[in-house]
Amino acid sequence: MSATFTVGLLLLLSAVGFWMGRTRAVTVAGGRIATLHSVPNYYGSFVALWAGLPALVLVLCWMALRGPVIDWLVLDGLTPEQVEIWARVMLPPNDLSALLANIAEETDALTETHRQLLLININNLAAGQAQYVNAAVVGAIQPAADHLNSLRNLANWTLFAAVAALSAGGLAFTWSRINPSLRARNNVERIVTWLLILCSTIAVFTTVGIVLSLLFESIRFFTKVPVTEFLFGLHWSPQTAIRADQVGSSGAFGAIPLFTGTLLIATIAMIVAAPVGLMSAIYLSEYAPKKVRGLVKPVLEILAGVPTVVYGFFAILTVAPFIRDMGAAVGLSISSQSALAAGIVMGVMIVPFVSSLADDVINAVPQSLRDGSLGLGATRSETIKQVVLPAALPGIVGAMLLAVSRAIGETMIVVMAAGLQANLTLNPLESVTTVTVQIKSILVGDQEFDSAKTLSVFALGLVLFLVTLVLNVVALRIVQKYREKYD
Amino acid sequence: MMDTTTMTMPTETTATQPVKMSAKTVKVFYGEKRALHGVNVDIYQNEVLAMIGPSGCGKSTFLRTLNRMNDTIDICRVEGQILLDGEDIYDPRLDVVQLRARVGMVFQKPNPFPKSIYENVIYGPKLHGLATRKDEFDAIVEQSLKRAGLWNEVKDRLHEPGTGLSGGQQQRLCIARAVAVSPEVILMDEPCSALDPIATAHIEELIDELRESFTIAIVTHNMQQAARVSQRTAFFHLGDLVEVGPTEEIFTNPRDERTQGYITGRYG
Repeated sequence: MSATFTVGLLLLLSAVGFWMGRTRAVTVAGGRIATLHSVPNYYGSFVALWAGLPALVLVLCWMALRGPVIDWLVLDGLTPEQVEIWARVMLPPNDLSALLANIAEETDALTETHRQLLLININNLAAGQAQYVNAAVVGAIQPAADHLNSLRNLANWTLFAAVAALSAGGLAFTWSRINPSLRARNNVERIVTWLLILCSTIAVFTTVGIVLSLLFESIRFFTKVPVTEFLFGLHWSPQTAIRADQVGSSGAFGAIPLFTGTLLIATIAMIVAAPVGLMSAIYLSEYAPKKVRGLVKPVLEILAGVPTVVYGFFAILTVAPFIRDMGAAVGLSISSQSALAAGIVMGVMIVPFVSSLADDVINAVPQSLRDGSLGLGATRSETIKQVVLPAALPGIVGAMLLAVSRAIGETMIVVMAAGLQANLTLNPLESVTTVTVQIKSILVGDQEFDSAKTLSVFALGLVLFLVTLVLNVVALRIVQKYREKYD
Repeated sequence: MMDTTTMTMPTETTATQPVKMSAKTVKVFYGEKRALHGVNVDIYQNEVLAMIGPSGCGKSTFLRTLNRMNDTIDICRVEGQILLDGEDIYDPRLDVVQLRARVGMVFQKPNPFPKSIYENVIYGPKLHGLATRKDEFDAIVEQSLKRAGLWNEVKDRLHEPGTGLSGGQQQRLCIARAVAVSPEVILMDEPCSALDPIATAHIEELIDELRESFTIAIVTHNMQQAARVSQRTAFFHLGDLVEVGPTEEIFTNPRDERTQGYITGRYG
């Protein structure tokens, strides 16, 4: 009996419970719905929730526990002789002798790796895929495979029976309790409140989990590389030796070149995005006729929806060669992966972000202020400069800070257009690299998760996270303060 | 739709003042919809003209045509002529900015700028270059606030934000702000509707004093207010100017039965 079927049964019972609860409520009310404490649908939902939720919790717990418990039972059922036969075929000689010694002493024989390997063999065999298992061990572990299949079968049937019983029990219990004075609405609403709390908790705990994993891995990194070297070192070259005799791979983890690269590109992006975004917001909210606004705003929002990898193409195939050729025309040699190209394209990417936020803020300035200014004989531009923008300034600053934190966290464009070389430079015509690019390039491919090189990623991520967090918090505070002013 | 009484009331008032503004068959359209059906009215120098009428009758719309505030609404179109000292204010050669400096406006809801009281008052004079030196600005601020009856209350905190004042004080600040530009006409769009009775009384007294130096057109929902502050009253109904005449006459002996119905409270 598969788990899908069990869940199906659960849903069916809930639906039946809803219908039964509702019907029963109408019946006990004797046709006079008004005598019921709640509307009949609430009685239905009440029964349905009791028929569904406890059993659902059971299914979830079962699914979490089933694997490890069955694995343990299967391995426990193997005799030392069967394990020995398997080990003689599958394990390298030195591992084998250790294992045989353990079996002789009847201690917990298998190491974690070997245990996994054995389980994979048994699983394959149980699934009928004997071709993936060494023919010499099939005989020895076939009983375990059969055992596994029978356990699984048993587990599924037990679950099915338990769920059916629990669900039907919940249904019958609540159904029998239905009477006009049962406070079904309050009960249902309490359950729904808890569901809502649960959902929001998931988001919060995910964030906490991410922060903690970053933090602990960063601490591991800082045991290998001192914090001061990471924060103040001027040289970034994260190659560490895999073998002791490798050349030129001592590794340097000074993150300053990455921070300057990130700041350089983010600055260029903001130099492009801030004026363009702000001006277009001013045009859209203050000058544009309704028709133009109706047309231009959606187009700007499409720009915001372009995947960043497409901006990356644009940077690398159009903007970067253009800048290089321009430079060549005036006698400058510009690298084809320049900070300038990446920054400009990133700026273009942020323009709709800035303009739509600034547009909201400018629109939030009450029309009465504009009327007041126009009524005194101010021109539109005087009104905007002297009344609208000053009133919207905090919100605009908030929008800019949010845009900066976007620019700092942006990855794809810089991966494609900015380069990998950690130059410590403020020259936008050279190639630089950013924090995000380094994180990506270190983690691509197979990595050992205990080398300083790989762990450095977490420290970089942590710094990035903190910087954007601070920027976001400051920006939101500023925006909030501004909102209060015109309520 | 019968196109009835839009005839001009012959202004056989005792007014000897010259005509300051004059509307001649003013029609206003919002898109396809006609909001005013041809309004003819004169506003005399140094008088207070009150405009009354039920909601949606077009009195605020008409007021806003007098300094072209309707220009800010895309779909709004004005036909007919409005003369200020004999000049058509809808003449394309006329600069709307100069017009609004001559015809100031006070709005329904107090709308001080989120700046200091001082800056609120000098906002207009600064724009129009009416003063350049600090002491000139100081003089304008003091004079305007005095005229608006606010000077004594705020003279010690001129540099605090104007938004921190009470509703009535804010509205008087807005009046001071309008007065500071030395306009010739001041338009008031229900200036007391957001204020409590005491603040309202304050502003009504103020309107009476301002009449000495300005011409005032005021829209109000409050008939007692119209009776108290104005010399002449115009009654609007469904986009028509039904009747205009000396306030006393309108309130005691209206000629049109619609006016009578409104002022006796049968509708409105």
